[in-house]
Amino acid sequence: MSVVLNVQGLEKSFGAVVAAHNINVTIEQGETVGVIGANGAGKTTFVNMVTGYLPPTDGKIEFLGRDIRGRSVRQITRLGLCRSFQVPQVFLSESVFDNLMISFGIAERDGLGLLGALMRGDRADRVDRHLIRYQIADYRNVAASALPQGVRKLLDIAMATVRNPKLLMLDEPTSGISVEEKFGIMDILMQALKEEETTVLFIEHDMEIVERYVSRVLAFSQGEIICDAPTEQAMVDPLVQEFVIGKEYHRARSGNGSGDEAGGGEAG
Amino acid sequence: MTGYMDRTGWALTLGLVVLIVVNFFIPEWFRAILLLSLARGAVALGLLVLWRCGLISFGHALFYGFGAYTVALIVKYLGITDAFFTVACGVVVAGGFAWILGFLLRRYRGIFFALLNLAFSMILYGVLAKLESLGSTDGISLEQTTYLWYAPEGAANKTALFFFAAIMTWGVAMAVHHYLRSTLGYMTTAVRENEIRLEFLGYSAERAIHVKYTISGLVGGFGGAIAAMTIGHVDPDSMAYWPISGDFVFIAILSGTGNVGAPFIGALIYELIRTYAFEQFPGIWQLIMGGTLLIIIMFLPNGLWSLVDRWNKRRADRNRLEAEREEA
Repeated sequence: MSVVLNVQGLEKSFGAVVAAHNINVTIEQGETVGVIGANGAGKTTFVNMVTGYLPPTDGKIEFLGRDIRGRSVRQITRLGLCRSFQVPQVFLSESVFDNLMISFGIAERDGLGLLGALMRGDRADRVDRHLIRYQIADYRNVAASALPQGVRKLLDIAMATVRNPKLLMLDEPTSGISVEEKFGIMDILMQALKEEETTVLFIEHDMEIVERYVSRVLAFSQGEIICDAPTEQAMVDPLVQEFVIGKEYHRARSGNGSGDEAGGGEAG
Repeated sequence: MTGYMDRTGWALTLGLVVLIVVNFFIPEWFRAILLLSLARGAVALGLLVLWRCGLISFGHALFYGFGAYTVALIVKYLGITDAFFTVACGVVVAGGFAWILGFLLRRYRGIFFALLNLAFSMILYGVLAKLESLGSTDGISLEQTTYLWYAPEGAANKTALFFFAAIMTWGVAMAVHHYLRSTLGYMTTAVRENEIRLEFLGYSAERAIHVKYTISGLVGGFGGAIAAMTIGHVDPDSMAYWPISGDFVFIAILSGTGNVGAPFIGALIYELIRTYAFEQFPGIWQLIMGGTLLIIIMFLPNGLWSLVDRWNKRRADRNRLEAEREEA
């Protein structure tokens, strides 16, 4: 197992507000890592710094052994570190197909190659395969502005994965999706990502999702990582229970013998 | 879907053939209108490239002026009258300036982009009007144009210029059409709607805009060069003054952004309306132009080309209905 991402001593402050303090994370190939934490804990700031959107105040970021601190978003994207968004960032007036077509076009060509025709048969085939993988082929010719939120989320993630990223960061893939839909969407997503053997890090508020899909948890609180452990261990960590999950969930889970199932059942 | 000769490519080629044929049947004044339409249509085509990604320039007379004055100055100071050389220089100079200005302008959007263009075009106007060596307000007169080893005289000169302009414009329109179908050319909605996503896909919205702006300058310079040779004279008021930029925006609104052929059709209609309005109603011709613009904006907000789109759509619907009926 090789190291994909290595972050050491990452710091970020906005004036007097410390958004990240001494963040140390190592992510290995093939891992699925969940990032949890209350609102304002610094989760999205962490993703923004690693993807080059926000410059860190201090610290080291290595991706595939290369120092990527100070590189631009598009340079980091080209190296294979891609992200999706909490609020889907798609081209609203274009169809689903065209959204992916332009995404593939940019991913597959560079420099003067971008002057080649975009609408090519072989590229259209790749887009259609991608649509099937993410199970949004039914919406192929629908404008992105007319999509249900869950499908738009899948489109957003599908656009983030056109480069076959080495590491994919998902910012709250299930936010804004109804309770009935969320497992369906996550199943589609995790299946698609497994097929491409993508290393994934995702921010998630929903503990059911975290428990079901994630092997390792990073818990953030006030700009610091308060816990970095396998999921089961993290769920019973006192700090995590205090600052992230809340007492309620914890009590239901670890009360009496049947508490475990009761906790999951009620929330589901 | 692929290849150089799609429907638009064939239509442009057909347009070229039609122009070459009609050349032998039209009066001199109409040939001049057609030539000017090609020149101004080319500048409007440059606006189309920007417009598709949500940018509008109120100062494209800047590149028109660069193209026209480059031709005139080469004729005046170097004594070279070869059309291929002077037009190429006009295109390169205008495109070069667009590329340099692009480093600044690519950082602006909306009204700031539009008005910065206006500001630069008025700087050029000021320089041209003040400097004696650039002809000042009187401008510069051109000598007879030559074409490599061919130096036509009399009536042949008009035909030669018309053929030259028509073929060159065809080439420019084909090149822009090819660009608009490329990955870079398709970055239109992407730039207009979501620059952040474009960055996270791995391309810079600013660079995309810079390329578009440079292309728009190249094409604008081409239009200016053709206009200079058509009129045979350049002066600041008819080449670089702000109402000229307004004309280009007018033509762009009239044409719509649907197709690279649209600006040329729009420019021809614009020239015809203006010529007739000026001749028939010299007192109120501006009123007629304004009224035309109003009617277009109210009833055809996507320009004349939306009529073609509408017709295409209706035909596709009809075909589909027929197919369904046959199945049933």
